[in-house]
Amino acid sequence: MSQADKMKQGQFTNPETPGYVGFANLPNQVHRKSVKKGFEFTLMVVGESGLGKSTLINSLFLTDLYPERVIPGAAEKIERTVQIEASTVEIEERGVKLRLTVVDTPGYGDAINSQDCFSTIISYIDDQFERYLHDESGLNRRHIVDNRVHCCFYFISPLGHGLKPLDVQFMKAIHNKVNVVPVIAKADTLTLRERERLKRRILDEIDEHGIKIYHLPDAESDEDEDFKEQTKILKASIPFAVVGSNQQIEAKGKKVRGRLYPWGVVEVENPEHNDFLKLRIMLITHMQDLQEVTQDLHYENFRSERLKRGGRLSSHGYILPLSPANGPEPEEMDKDMILQEKEAELRRMQEMITKMQAQMQKQGDGDGDGPNM
Amino acid sequence: MTVLRCFNTSLSISCAHRSGGGSTLLGYIGIDTIIEQMRKKTMKAGFDFNIMVVGNSGLGKSTLVNTLFKSQVSRRSAGWARDEKIPKTIEIKAVSHVLEEGGVKMKLTVVDTPGFGDQINNDNCWEPISKYINEQYEKFLKEEVNITRKKRIPDTRVHCCIYFITPTGHSLRSLDIEFMKRLSHSVNIIPVIAKSDTMTIEERLEFKQRVRKELEMGGIEVYPQKEFDEDMEDKSDNDKIREAMPFAVVGSDKEYQVNGKRVLGRKTAWGIVEVENPNHCEFAQLRDFLIRSHLQDLKEVTHNIHYETYRAKRLNENGGLHPITCNDTQESNL
Repeated sequence: MSQADKMKQGQFTNPETPGYVGFANLPNQVHRKSVKKGFEFTLMVVGESGLGKSTLINSLFLTDLYPERVIPGAAEKIERTVQIEASTVEIEERGVKLRLTVVDTPGYGDAINSQDCFSTIISYIDDQFERYLHDESGLNRRHIVDNRVHCCFYFISPLGHGLKPLDVQFMKAIHNKVNVVPVIAKADTLTLRERERLKRRILDEIDEHGIKIYHLPDAESDEDEDFKEQTKILKASIPFAVVGSNQQIEAKGKKVRGRLYPWGVVEVENPEHNDFLKLRIMLITHMQDLQEVTQDLHYENFRSERLKRGGRLSSHGYILPLSPANGPEPEEMDKDMILQEKEAELRRMQEMITKMQAQMQKQGDGDGDGPNM
Repeated sequence: MTVLRCFNTSLSISCAHRSGGGSTLLGYIGIDTIIEQMRKKTMKAGFDFNIMVVGNSGLGKSTLVNTLFKSQVSRRSAGWARDEKIPKTIEIKAVSHVLEEGGVKMKLTVVDTPGFGDQINNDNCWEPISKYINEQYEKFLKEEVNITRKKRIPDTRVHCCIYFITPTGHSLRSLDIEFMKRLSHSVNIIPVIAKSDTMTIEERLEFKQRVRKELEMGGIEVYPQKEFDEDMEDKSDNDKIREAMPFAVVGSDKEYQVNGKRVLGRKTAWGIVEVENPNHCEFAQLRDFLIRSHLQDLKEVTHNIHYETYRAKRLNENGGLHPITCNDTQESNL
């Protein structure tokens, strides 16, 4: 930067200079407010049993999200349907609070016939959107809780030769509702060459079937070189091939998180062994972007679809016609709503009247001490 | 010393021992030379062995079979591309090769089942496999029931079905239990844990215990079945094997240099997994069990028990089978 530019910069950041207004401080204020408020993030993990999903989540966030876990046996699995289990944990790091919700989907892909296994998951995602839509259209919008799913890690088995039919169908069913990040699980099963081949195969199949996975945004031109380089590396490594573990192993004199085999130690945080670090960096640095895309793209899609089905705005929010299968007729509902509206209006008028009365009384008492002070 | 168990069980000579003392013979007769005569005959005639591999795609079935028989015997070698798409329905593909070792010829047929368990809806995916197995029994039965029978009936019956368990580390899948339940009474099933380099040693032990328990709970009898142990020696041998099953295996057709020797293995950034190293995986145990000690027994159990069960069922229904005169004089393929 030339001297002149430096001077110019200095001109506005120094509170003593005459031209300084002070709005350059705005990002700091936003930062302070958001740090106080904390962040919310909902991550959904989907994949067959035994792909290491829970271990990976525990490794990512260095916590034990499933302390009382009981793994069901095969006989129990025969009867099971897909469940949705949400666990929330509050993580704090250097004063920044993150309220992380992990939505697990046990039972996915377990049954012999897996045709129905994603309807439960899709209903869950839609329900969260519905709830948010309802809250957003309501009267009191101060404390909307955002439980929408911001990101979905889809676990692909490293044992196959690419995507299975179930993988393809599921991703196609949710790629318009949530950000899909495909992850190759248990990557220590693969040699380096097999891993590259599998990644290429998966990307080809994703293209072939028109699946829209989450794309990292390109680094802005004004970001520094390191960040740009990092973004490029991240983009080239999708889908990430990861290994999870929270066990500390002694390797080469230091303690690392890893898995101990008779033929060697797989280090979780070693970028030459697997893409765990890359996944973590991607998640952390793009948490904000994931939320934005959920809000601006997926949620808006949902909202416009929903509203296209008709609705009126009233003081109770959008009156959305229920699906014809359940719920009363739209006209009946309208009538109820109208009645309720009228009642609410009456109540408001009454409140206003009592307020005015109180005011008049106060005036009547004047400066003297009244009995009700 | 190769233990050559007698093919015809009515000749109850215990081949493993030479009756030294204890016999009341006054001199040497030469009865024990019958073993040598049988051996020569078997070597000349050669024998058939049919092995079926069942499991999801990508579990390394073809690689394992190639590693077991140290040759390219799987369907991959017969011109199938490595990265073939998953077929929409289950197919049954049989590929035969003749292998020779030490003067002994073996016609090995590997029956592969691509598409098993890979669909979204896997209901009844075991039916094509069950049908195939029964068809082979039917073929043999028809030949046997003929008026003019061939000297050696070509044996296409499945002697052994290796079932590949996905190494989830948790438990068996519903499909695994259903398949093994239904087929353990018509064929010898040997479950193996595929691609076991996914699991650490502790995880592997836990998983094996879990699998054994689930098999027991489901009443599934895998080979070697407890009820067919002939004597105490068999029982103790087989008990040892049953304790170690299912074998956790790793297959590979690539060789690497380790400590000065060439070994089959998989090379990763953190080490080389040696296929034949018993500290790494149980491939060597599986191979010894399958080929070096129980190959003949597998055939016998298939012939004497599974086939007989099928035959009895067939003869009891519809008042039995009618013998047909055989017109073609196809010799056995050796």
